[in-house]
Amino acid sequence: MLGCHDDDVAVGNSLSSGRIAPSRFANNLTAKMKMERPVQAHSLPKAPTGIPGLDEITEGGLPRGRPTLICGGPGCGKTLLAAEFLIRGATEFDEPGALITFEETGEELAQNVRSLGFDLDALVDAGKIAIDYIRVERSEIAETGEYDLEGLFLRLGLAIDTVGAKRIVLDTIESLFAGFDNQAVLRSELRRLFRFLKDRGVTAVITGERGDGSLTRQGLEEYVSDCVILLDHRVTEQTSTRRMRIVKYRGTTHGTNEYPFLIDAEGFSVLPLSGLQLDHAVSNERVSSGVPALDEMLDGKGYYRGSSILVSGTAGTGKTSLAAHFAHETARRGERCLYLAFEESPQQLMRNLRSIGIDLEPYVKKGTLRLHSSRPTLHGLEQHLVQVHKMVSEFKPAAVLIDPVSNFISTSTAVETQAMLLRLVDFLKEKQITALFTHLTSGGSATEATDVGISSLVDTWLLVRNIEIDDARTRGLYVLKSRGMPHSHEIREFVLTPKGIELNQFAGKAGKGKTKK
Amino acid sequence: MTPANGTAGEKWNLRLYTAGQSPKSLAALDNLKRVCEEHLPGRYSIEVVDLLKNPRLAKDDQIVAIPTLVRKLPEPLRRIVGDLSDTERTLVGLQLRQIK
Repeated sequence: MLGCHDDDVAVGNSLSSGRIAPSRFANNLTAKMKMERPVQAHSLPKAPTGIPGLDEITEGGLPRGRPTLICGGPGCGKTLLAAEFLIRGATEFDEPGALITFEETGEELAQNVRSLGFDLDALVDAGKIAIDYIRVERSEIAETGEYDLEGLFLRLGLAIDTVGAKRIVLDTIESLFAGFDNQAVLRSELRRLFRFLKDRGVTAVITGERGDGSLTRQGLEEYVSDCVILLDHRVTEQTSTRRMRIVKYRGTTHGTNEYPFLIDAEGFSVLPLSGLQLDHAVSNERVSSGVPALDEMLDGKGYYRGSSILVSGTAGTGKTSLAAHFAHETARRGERCLYLAFEESPQQLMRNLRSIGIDLEPYVKKGTLRLHSSRPTLHGLEQHLVQVHKMVSEFKPAAVLIDPVSNFISTSTAVETQAMLLRLVDFLKEKQITALFTHLTSGGSATEATDVGISSLVDTWLLVRNIEIDDARTRGLYVLKSRGMPHSHEIREFVLTPKGIELNQFAGKAGKGKTKK
Repeated sequence: MTPANGTAGEKWNLRLYTAGQSPKSLAALDNLKRVCEEHLPGRYSIEVVDLLKNPRLAKDDQIVAIPTLVRKLPEPLRRIVGDLSDTERTLVGLQLRQIK
């Protein structure tokens, strides 16, 4: 079973196991949807949000000229999502917007979105966004007899007309229910409001607090909205993850999974599942592993470009050193390399590697090598994934190293970890990025088993293990598998010298290697 | 009956927000006039603001519901929404009568 082509079945199984539903979208996160997305004549007209990832899972954006409800508990990012939709509409798609806020004054909201790099005030001054703060204070209002909310409609109409709004955000209409007693009037007025928004032809985003057992407190908005997006902010094992799900979207297909999202200094980004169609381009080009003797074991040429490599072994067997050789070699060739270290800080990593003759510092200074350290527990699993996506999209490396992937298990279950790594491997393959993962096998478990079960996902699997010979311990390295090349079946002695890794043949075994030249 | 709030001779400044000549708006104006004649004879002024003609004014007094009656004077500002058909509640809302 240690041959070259023994894994296709395993991959098929893991795909059909149902952990990850096959996604229809082969595009990746970074694609600029507005540029690449083909306009489908038969599809519902959609208003792109410009938010990375969201346009993919909605297949083009929110329903144009119709109301969309964004609901969720407190602090899940409803207002920010709505505001970003409006601001990006005004700045990127030339669609002016009206912002009707019931909870925060325009000034407060401007402050909030400024932290995401959006200048609301400037857009207001430029006549691209109109803000109306509607305050409903119950203590100041007495009710007697019949009334309706015509005043609200007039104000909405005014705000829309002021800037010629194509988009409108109402945040949060539930405040109305807190301000007035007559629920019957409010419910019928709310229905009229949705009709009004449709008649005006504006793409509306309405936010709503999550209620008990229903998506909103009133249990009404979700039925009259054409699209409902549920935001969630959950904490598992003290680590928080934000997720979103499209609950409904009338008249169109959409992604139905829960998608993790991130709110950072640049606003929202949603992470769709990457394409699982396994139809990415492959390269015949080979890249050196940085260790000549290892290249020799791999058909004399090294790894395939764009393939994924797993280095597994027990503690202290030199996995990081092996990874560092590859990073060094990639950077030396002048290609960009992203090194994600989850155990060591960049400074410590560089110091330790200097002891085996690998100096990464010049390349870090030159900018071809980027070292990024963080604790796996810093974010939830998906958040890490989103971050890797962002870093890769921005830095555009030729190789990505993750050292070690096994640490993610500490933050999540093995199943989730495998799902995440599958996405990651897929994402990197699609971009023709060579990926190298190190994996710490815990002592006691079979060395050929990886906890996260990613072995079937990778193309080349190197195993480093301790070997006891007589009264000494030595390290041995062998190629467990390497797809698409006749690789060596030898076990080589793995020696860390001040000049780097050396792979020697064990005494007495010389000449027996299969591909020995 | 003595007004619960305000001394005699105090000037009442009332503003009624309407949207066109809707039945509710007309009823509100009729009811308001009747209440004022009865309780504030000679010392009130009613200003009717039609938001259909001038929607910008809705923002200043935070008008959402129609019709809305705003008591500008005497302070503090009070808002009463509805057609004022319930005279008792109107009086309480205007603080012309304490809640019993």
